[in-house]
Amino acid sequence: MARPTKLQINALPDPVLDRRDVIPLLIENPHEFLAVCGLAGSAQELTAITNDGPNVYAMAGAMGAAVTMALGLALAQPKRRVLCVTGDGELLMNLGGLATCALMNPPNLTIICVDNGHYGETGNQDSHTGLGVNLAKIAEGSGIPAVLTINTMDDLPEGRRLVREGNGLAFILLRVKEGKPLNTGRLMQPAVGRTRFRQHALGHV
Amino acid sequence: MTSHDVTTGAVTWPDELYDLLRRANVTQFAYVPDAGHRVLIDRSLADPDVYSVALTTEEEGVALLAGADLGGARGVLLMQSSGAGNCINMLSLNKGGHFPLLTLISMRGEFGEGNPWQFPMGQAVRPVLEAMGVIVLSANHPDEVIDVVQAAITMAFQGGEAVAVLLTQRLIGAKKFA
Repeated sequence: MARPTKLQINALPDPVLDRRDVIPLLIENPHEFLAVCGLAGSAQELTAITNDGPNVYAMAGAMGAAVTMALGLALAQPKRRVLCVTGDGELLMNLGGLATCALMNPPNLTIICVDNGHYGETGNQDSHTGLGVNLAKIAEGSGIPAVLTINTMDDLPEGRRLVREGNGLAFILLRVKEGKPLNTGRLMQPAVGRTRFRQHALGHV
Repeated sequence: MTSHDVTTGAVTWPDELYDLLRRANVTQFAYVPDAGHRVLIDRSLADPDVYSVALTTEEEGVALLAGADLGGARGVLLMQSSGAGNCINMLSLNKGGHFPLLTLISMRGEFGEGNPWQFPMGQAVRPVLEAMGVIVLSANHPDEVIDVVQAAITMAFQGGEAVAVLLTQRLIGAKKFA
Protein backbone atom coordinates (compact mmCIF):
# COMPACT_ATOMS: atom_id res chain seq x y z
CA MET A 1 0.00 0.00 0.00
CA ALA A 2 1.09 3.52 -0.59
CA ARG A 3 0.08 6.77 0.96
CA PRO A 4 1.58 10.27 1.07
CA THR A 5 4.59 10.22 3.33
CA LYS A 6 6.52 13.01 4.93
CA LEU A 7 9.40 14.23 2.79
CA GLN A 8 12.79 14.31 4.48
CA ILE A 9 14.59 16.34 1.82
CA ASN A 10 12.99 19.67 2.75
CA ALA A 11 12.99 19.24 6.51
CA LEU A 12 11.93 22.52 8.12
CA PRO A 13 11.59 23.24 11.84
CA ASP A 14 8.17 22.63 13.33
CA PRO A 15 6.10 25.80 13.07
CA VAL A 16 5.85 27.78 16.29
CA LEU A 17 4.07 30.99 15.35
CA ASP A 18 0.39 31.69 16.08
CA ARG A 19 -1.24 33.25 13.03
CA ARG A 20 -3.45 35.44 15.18
CA ASP A 21 -0.38 37.09 16.68
CA VAL A 22 1.93 37.27 13.74
CA ILE A 23 -0.26 38.39 10.84
CA PRO A 24 -1.17 41.76 12.38
CA LEU A 25 2.52 42.23 13.22
CA LEU A 26 3.66 41.38 9.70
CA ILE A 27 1.10 43.58 7.94
CA GLU A 28 1.39 46.72 10.00
CA ASN A 29 -0.80 49.01 7.90
CA PRO A 30 -3.27 46.79 6.05
CA HIS A 31 -5.41 49.75 4.96
CA GLU A 32 -2.59 51.07 2.79
CA PHE A 33 -2.79 48.16 0.37
CA LEU A 34 -5.11 46.85 -2.24
CA ALA A 35 -5.44 43.24 -1.16
CA VAL A 36 -6.68 40.01 -2.73
CA CYS A 37 -7.18 37.09 -0.36
CA GLY A 38 -7.62 33.42 -1.05
CA LEU A 39 -10.44 31.55 0.54
CA ALA A 40 -10.81 30.53 4.19
CA GLY A 41 -8.33 31.62 6.88
CA SER A 42 -6.46 34.34 5.06
CA ALA A 43 -9.65 35.92 3.75
CA GLN A 44 -11.07 35.92 7.29
CA GLU A 45 -7.87 37.32 8.70
CA LEU A 46 -7.49 40.26 6.32
CA THR A 47 -11.15 41.08 6.79
CA ALA A 48 -10.61 41.08 10.54
CA ILE A 49 -7.49 43.24 10.61
CA THR A 50 -9.00 45.83 8.24
CA ASN A 51 -12.35 45.87 10.04
CA ASP A 52 -13.99 44.59 6.83
CA GLY A 53 -12.15 47.15 4.72
CA PRO A 54 -13.25 47.86 1.14
CA ASN A 55 -9.60 47.55 0.05
CA VAL A 56 -9.77 43.79 0.58
CA TYR A 57 -11.26 41.43 -2.01
CA ALA A 58 -11.72 38.30 0.06
CA MET A 59 -12.79 35.11 -1.65
CA ALA A 60 -14.67 32.09 -0.40
CA GLY A 61 -14.28 30.04 -3.58
CA ALA A 62 -12.50 30.07 -6.95
CA MET A 63 -9.66 28.20 -5.26
CA GLY A 64 -6.33 28.91 -6.94
CA ALA A 65 -7.31 32.40 -8.09
CA ALA A 66 -5.60 34.60 -5.52
CA VAL A 67 -2.07 34.95 -6.91
CA THR A 68 -2.95 35.66 -10.52
CA MET A 69 -5.91 37.84 -9.53
CA ALA A 70 -3.52 39.95 -7.50
CA LEU A 71 -1.17 40.03 -10.50
CA GLY A 72 -3.90 41.43 -12.75
CA LEU A 73 -4.68 44.05 -10.12
CA ALA A 74 -1.01 44.95 -9.66
CA LEU A 75 -0.57 45.43 -13.41
CA ALA A 76 -3.74 47.51 -13.60
CA GLN A 77 -2.74 49.73 -10.65
CA PRO A 78 1.03 50.14 -10.90
CA LYS A 79 1.04 53.09 -8.50
CA ARG A 80 -0.69 51.20 -5.71
CA ARG A 81 0.80 48.57 -3.43
CA VAL A 82 -0.91 45.21 -3.91
CA LEU A 83 -0.91 42.40 -1.39
CA CYS A 84 -1.92 38.82 -2.04
CA VAL A 85 -2.59 36.88 1.13
CA THR A 86 -3.44 33.23 0.72
CA GLY A 87 -3.01 29.82 2.29
CA ASP A 88 -0.88 26.85 1.38
CA GLY A 89 -3.79 24.81 0.04
CA GLU A 90 -5.07 27.64 -2.14
CA LEU A 91 -1.62 28.33 -3.52
CA LEU A 92 -0.88 24.66 -4.17
CA MET A 93 -3.88 24.57 -6.48
CA ASN A 94 -2.16 26.92 -8.92
CA LEU A 95 1.59 26.85 -8.47
CA GLY A 96 2.05 28.01 -12.05
CA GLY A 97 0.76 31.41 -10.97
CA LEU A 98 4.03 32.02 -9.14
CA ALA A 99 5.91 31.44 -12.39
CA THR A 100 3.57 33.77 -14.24
CA CYS A 101 4.10 36.47 -11.60
CA ALA A 102 7.86 36.07 -11.81
CA LEU A 103 7.83 36.54 -15.58
CA MET A 104 5.78 39.75 -15.28
CA ASN A 105 7.74 40.85 -12.19
CA PRO A 106 5.39 43.62 -10.99
CA PRO A 107 7.36 45.70 -8.47
CA ASN A 108 4.22 46.59 -6.49
CA LEU A 109 3.13 43.05 -5.57
CA THR A 110 3.86 41.18 -2.34
CA ILE A 111 2.57 37.63 -1.93
CA ILE A 112 2.15 36.26 1.58
CA CYS A 113 1.41 32.56 1.96
CA VAL A 114 0.12 31.72 5.43
CA ASP A 115 1.31 28.13 5.60
CA ASN A 116 -0.23 26.04 8.36
CA GLY A 117 0.49 22.76 6.57
CA HIS A 118 -3.14 21.72 6.72
CA TYR A 119 -6.52 22.08 5.09
CA GLY A 120 -8.04 23.87 8.03
CA GLU A 121 -11.50 24.20 6.50
CA THR A 122 -12.06 20.57 5.59
CA GLY A 123 -11.02 18.54 8.61
CA ASN A 124 -7.40 19.56 9.04
CA GLN A 125 -5.93 17.03 6.68
CA ASP A 126 -2.20 17.38 5.97
CA SER A 127 -1.46 19.55 2.98
CA HIS A 128 1.54 18.91 0.77
CA THR A 129 3.46 21.56 2.70
CA GLY A 130 2.63 19.82 5.96
CA LEU A 131 4.35 16.79 4.47
CA GLY A 132 7.43 18.74 3.45
CA VAL A 133 6.78 20.49 0.15
CA ASN A 134 8.53 23.85 0.39
CA LEU A 135 6.66 26.69 -1.31
CA ALA A 136 9.50 29.15 -0.75
CA LYS A 137 11.79 26.95 -2.84
CA ILE A 138 9.11 26.78 -5.52
CA ALA A 139 8.85 30.58 -5.45
CA GLU A 140 12.64 30.86 -5.71
CA GLY A 141 12.76 28.38 -8.54
CA SER A 142 10.02 30.31 -10.29
CA GLY A 143 12.27 33.35 -10.30
CA ILE A 144 10.59 35.60 -7.76
CA PRO A 145 13.40 37.99 -6.82
CA ALA A 146 12.77 38.33 -3.07
CA VAL A 147 11.74 35.23 -1.13
CA LEU A 148 11.63 35.00 2.65
CA THR A 149 10.59 32.23 5.01
CA ILE A 150 9.36 33.31 8.43
CA ASN A 151 9.76 30.50 10.95
CA THR A 152 10.11 32.46 14.19
CA MET A 153 9.69 35.96 15.55
CA ASP A 154 13.38 36.50 14.74
CA ASP A 155 12.49 36.43 11.04
CA LEU A 156 9.71 38.96 11.45
CA PRO A 157 11.66 42.25 11.07
CA GLU A 158 12.82 41.26 7.59
CA GLY A 159 9.25 40.31 6.67
CA ARG A 160 7.92 43.60 7.97
CA ARG A 161 10.53 45.43 5.95
CA LEU A 162 9.56 43.59 2.76
CA VAL A 163 5.88 44.33 3.31
CA ARG A 164 6.49 47.93 4.33
CA GLU A 165 9.02 48.93 1.66
CA GLY A 166 7.74 46.73 -1.11
CA ASN A 167 10.08 47.87 -3.84
CA GLY A 168 10.00 44.68 -5.84
CA LEU A 169 8.04 41.48 -6.30
CA ALA A 170 8.30 39.47 -3.09
CA PHE A 171 7.08 36.16 -1.72
CA ILE A 172 6.83 35.55 2.02
CA LEU A 173 6.21 32.09 3.39
CA LEU A 174 4.75 32.61 6.84
CA ARG A 175 4.87 29.30 8.67
CA VAL A 176 2.29 29.05 11.43
CA LYS A 177 0.90 26.42 13.77
CA GLU A 178 -2.46 24.85 13.21
CA GLY A 179 -5.30 26.79 14.74
CA LYS A 180 -8.16 29.11 14.09
CA PRO A 181 -7.58 32.38 12.22
CA LEU A 182 -8.79 35.74 13.40
CA ASN A 183 -12.38 35.90 12.26
CA THR A 184 -14.89 38.68 12.71
CA GLY A 185 -17.26 37.52 9.97
CA ARG A 186 -17.04 38.75 6.41
CA LEU A 187 -18.88 39.66 3.27
CA MET A 188 -19.84 36.50 1.38
CA GLN A 189 -21.32 38.13 -1.73
CA PRO A 190 -18.67 38.18 -4.47
CA ALA A 191 -20.42 40.74 -6.66
CA VAL A 192 -20.99 43.11 -3.75
CA GLY A 193 -17.32 42.78 -2.86
CA ARG A 194 -16.34 43.65 -6.43
CA THR A 195 -18.48 46.79 -6.46
CA ARG A 196 -17.22 47.86 -3.05
CA PHE A 197 -13.60 47.29 -4.00
CA ARG A 198 -13.86 49.17 -7.29
CA GLN A 199 -15.60 52.06 -5.60
CA HIS A 200 -12.71 52.22 -3.15
CA ALA A 201 -9.90 51.73 -5.66
CA LEU A 202 -11.27 53.66 -8.64
CA GLY A 203 -13.79 56.07 -7.16
CA HIS A 204 -16.54 54.61 -9.31
CA VAL A 205 -18.13 51.23 -9.98
CA MET B 1 -14.34 46.30 -42.94
CA THR B 2 -12.41 44.03 -45.27
CA SER B 3 -10.73 40.93 -43.98
CA HIS B 4 -8.37 40.36 -46.88
CA ASP B 5 -5.92 42.64 -48.60
CA VAL B 6 -7.66 43.03 -51.96
CA THR B 7 -4.42 43.23 -53.91
CA THR B 8 -2.47 40.41 -52.26
CA GLY B 9 -5.27 38.23 -50.91
CA ALA B 10 -3.47 37.96 -47.55
CA VAL B 11 -5.53 37.40 -44.43
CA THR B 12 -5.77 40.69 -42.58
CA TRP B 13 -8.40 40.07 -39.90
CA PRO B 14 -5.94 39.11 -37.12
CA ASP B 15 -4.22 42.47 -37.36
CA GLU B 16 -7.56 44.26 -37.58
CA LEU B 17 -8.65 42.31 -34.52
CA TYR B 18 -5.62 43.46 -32.55
CA ASP B 19 -6.29 47.06 -33.51
CA LEU B 20 -9.94 46.67 -32.50
CA LEU B 21 -8.96 45.34 -29.07
CA ARG B 22 -6.53 48.21 -28.55
CA ARG B 23 -9.14 50.77 -29.56
CA ALA B 24 -11.38 49.21 -26.91
CA ASN B 25 -8.65 49.93 -24.31
CA VAL B 26 -7.70 46.30 -23.80
CA THR B 27 -4.33 46.45 -22.05
CA GLN B 28 -3.87 42.94 -20.64
CA PHE B 29 -3.42 40.16 -23.19
CA ALA B 30 -3.35 36.81 -21.39
CA TYR B 31 -2.73 33.56 -23.21
CA VAL B 32 -1.46 30.06 -23.36
CA PRO B 33 0.34 30.03 -26.71
CA ASP B 34 -1.72 28.79 -29.63
CA ALA B 35 -1.17 28.95 -33.37
CA GLY B 36 -4.65 30.38 -33.89
CA HIS B 37 -3.73 33.45 -31.86
CA ARG B 38 -0.20 33.88 -33.18
CA VAL B 39 -0.70 37.36 -34.60
CA LEU B 40 -2.46 38.70 -31.50
CA ILE B 41 0.22 37.26 -29.22
CA ASP B 42 3.06 38.60 -31.33
CA ARG B 43 1.46 42.03 -31.60
CA SER B 44 0.96 42.17 -27.82
CA LEU B 45 4.59 41.18 -27.23
CA ALA B 46 5.71 44.00 -29.53
CA ASP B 47 3.37 46.63 -28.05
CA PRO B 48 4.99 48.73 -25.29
CA ASP B 49 1.60 49.95 -24.08
CA VAL B 50 0.12 46.58 -23.05
CA TYR B 51 0.88 43.74 -20.69
CA SER B 52 1.44 40.51 -22.59
CA VAL B 53 0.94 37.79 -20.00
CA ALA B 54 1.94 34.21 -20.77
CA LEU B 55 0.05 31.77 -18.53
CA THR B 56 0.81 28.23 -17.45
CA THR B 57 -2.88 27.31 -17.57
CA GLU B 58 -5.90 29.15 -18.88
CA GLU B 59 -7.65 29.39 -15.51
CA GLU B 60 -4.90 31.78 -14.42
CA GLY B 61 -6.16 34.11 -17.13
CA VAL B 62 -9.71 34.14 -15.78
CA ALA B 63 -8.39 35.17 -12.38
CA LEU B 64 -5.88 37.64 -13.86
CA LEU B 65 -8.58 39.47 -15.77
CA ALA B 66 -10.85 39.59 -12.72
CA GLY B 67 -7.97 41.28 -10.93
CA ALA B 68 -7.53 43.66 -13.85
CA ASP B 69 -11.20 44.58 -13.51
CA LEU B 70 -10.74 45.27 -9.79
CA GLY B 71 -8.07 47.75 -10.85
CA GLY B 72 -10.14 49.30 -13.64
CA ALA B 73 -8.30 47.71 -16.58
CA ARG B 74 -9.60 45.62 -19.46
CA GLY B 75 -8.11 42.41 -20.75
CA VAL B 76 -8.67 39.55 -23.12
CA LEU B 77 -7.99 35.84 -22.63
CA LEU B 78 -6.72 34.06 -25.72
CA MET B 79 -6.94 30.29 -25.64
CA GLN B 80 -7.56 27.13 -27.57
CA SER B 81 -10.75 25.13 -27.08
CA SER B 82 -8.92 22.64 -24.84
CA GLY B 83 -8.17 25.52 -22.47
CA ALA B 84 -11.84 26.30 -21.96
CA GLY B 85 -12.13 23.14 -19.90
CA ASN B 86 -9.33 24.31 -17.63
CA CYS B 87 -11.31 27.42 -16.69
CA ILE B 88 -14.57 26.02 -15.42
CA ASN B 89 -14.46 26.51 -11.65
CA MET B 90 -12.59 29.79 -12.03
CA LEU B 91 -15.57 31.11 -14.00
CA SER B 92 -17.29 31.23 -10.61
CA LEU B 93 -15.68 34.67 -10.41
CA ASN B 94 -17.65 35.81 -13.40
CA LYS B 95 -20.95 34.11 -12.70
CA GLY B 96 -20.95 34.87 -8.98
CA GLY B 97 -18.85 38.02 -8.86
CA HIS B 98 -20.16 39.65 -12.04
CA PHE B 99 -16.67 40.21 -13.34
CA PRO B 100 -16.73 40.92 -17.08
CA LEU B 101 -14.78 38.55 -19.31
CA LEU B 102 -13.75 38.67 -22.93
CA THR B 103 -12.20 35.50 -24.28
CA LEU B 104 -11.34 34.52 -27.83
CA ILE B 105 -11.17 30.77 -28.36
CA SER B 106 -9.50 29.19 -31.36
CA MET B 107 -11.42 26.00 -31.97
CA ARG B 108 -10.19 22.46 -32.41
CA GLY B 109 -12.19 19.26 -32.41
CA GLU B 110 -14.88 20.40 -34.79
CA PHE B 111 -15.21 21.20 -38.52
CA GLY B 112 -12.62 19.16 -40.41
CA GLU B 113 -10.66 17.98 -37.36
CA GLY B 114 -8.38 14.98 -37.90
CA ASN B 115 -6.99 14.55 -34.37
CA PRO B 116 -9.29 12.39 -32.28
CA TRP B 117 -7.84 13.78 -29.03
CA GLN B 118 -9.30 17.19 -29.81
CA PHE B 119 -12.96 16.16 -30.09
CA PRO B 120 -13.97 15.63 -26.45
CA MET B 121 -13.19 19.17 -25.32
CA GLY B 122 -13.80 20.83 -28.67
CA GLN B 123 -17.35 19.53 -28.76
CA ALA B 124 -17.90 20.45 -25.10
CA VAL B 125 -16.75 24.07 -25.25
CA ARG B 126 -20.12 25.67 -25.85
CA PRO B 127 -22.21 23.63 -23.39
CA VAL B 128 -19.71 23.85 -20.53
CA LEU B 129 -19.15 27.57 -20.96
CA GLU B 130 -22.88 28.17 -21.18
CA ALA B 131 -23.37 26.09 -18.04
CA MET B 132 -21.09 28.57 -16.24
CA GLY B 133 -23.02 31.56 -17.52
CA VAL B 134 -20.71 32.56 -20.36
CA ILE B 135 -22.40 33.95 -23.49
CA VAL B 136 -20.95 32.16 -26.52
CA LEU B 137 -20.70 33.82 -29.92
CA SER B 138 -18.92 32.38 -32.93
CA ALA B 139 -17.17 33.67 -36.03
CA ASN B 140 -17.09 31.38 -39.04
CA HIS B 141 -15.99 33.70 -41.80
CA PRO B 142 -13.24 36.33 -42.14
CA ASP B 143 -15.81 38.98 -43.05
CA GLU B 144 -17.64 38.63 -39.74
CA VAL B 145 -14.78 38.38 -37.22
CA ILE B 146 -14.50 42.07 -36.49
CA ASP B 147 -18.25 42.60 -36.13
CA VAL B 148 -18.61 39.60 -33.81
CA VAL B 149 -15.71 40.60 -31.59
CA GLN B 150 -16.94 44.19 -31.49
CA ALA B 151 -20.28 42.87 -30.28
CA ALA B 152 -18.52 40.79 -27.63
CA ILE B 153 -16.47 43.79 -26.47
CA THR B 154 -19.67 45.78 -25.97
CA MET B 155 -21.42 42.94 -24.17
CA ALA B 156 -18.43 42.34 -21.87
CA PHE B 157 -17.23 45.84 -21.02
CA GLN B 158 -20.47 47.82 -21.23
CA GLY B 159 -22.89 45.01 -20.49
CA GLY B 160 -20.72 43.48 -17.79
CA GLU B 161 -21.12 39.91 -19.08
CA ALA B 162 -18.70 37.04 -19.59
CA VAL B 163 -18.49 36.54 -23.35
CA ALA B 164 -16.57 34.02 -25.46
CA VAL B 165 -16.04 34.26 -29.19
CA LEU B 166 -15.31 30.95 -30.87
CA LEU B 167 -12.98 31.36 -33.82
CA THR B 168 -14.12 28.24 -35.61
CA GLN B 169 -12.17 25.87 -37.80
CA ARG B 170 -14.20 27.11 -40.75
CA LEU B 171 -12.50 30.44 -40.07
CA ILE B 172 -8.99 29.41 -39.09
CA GLY B 173 -8.80 26.08 -40.90
CA ALA B 174 -8.23 22.60 -39.53
CA LYS B 175 -4.70 21.64 -38.59
CA LYS B 176 -3.28 19.11 -41.03
CA PHE B 177 -1.96 15.78 -39.80
CA ALA B 178 0.15 13.46 -41.92
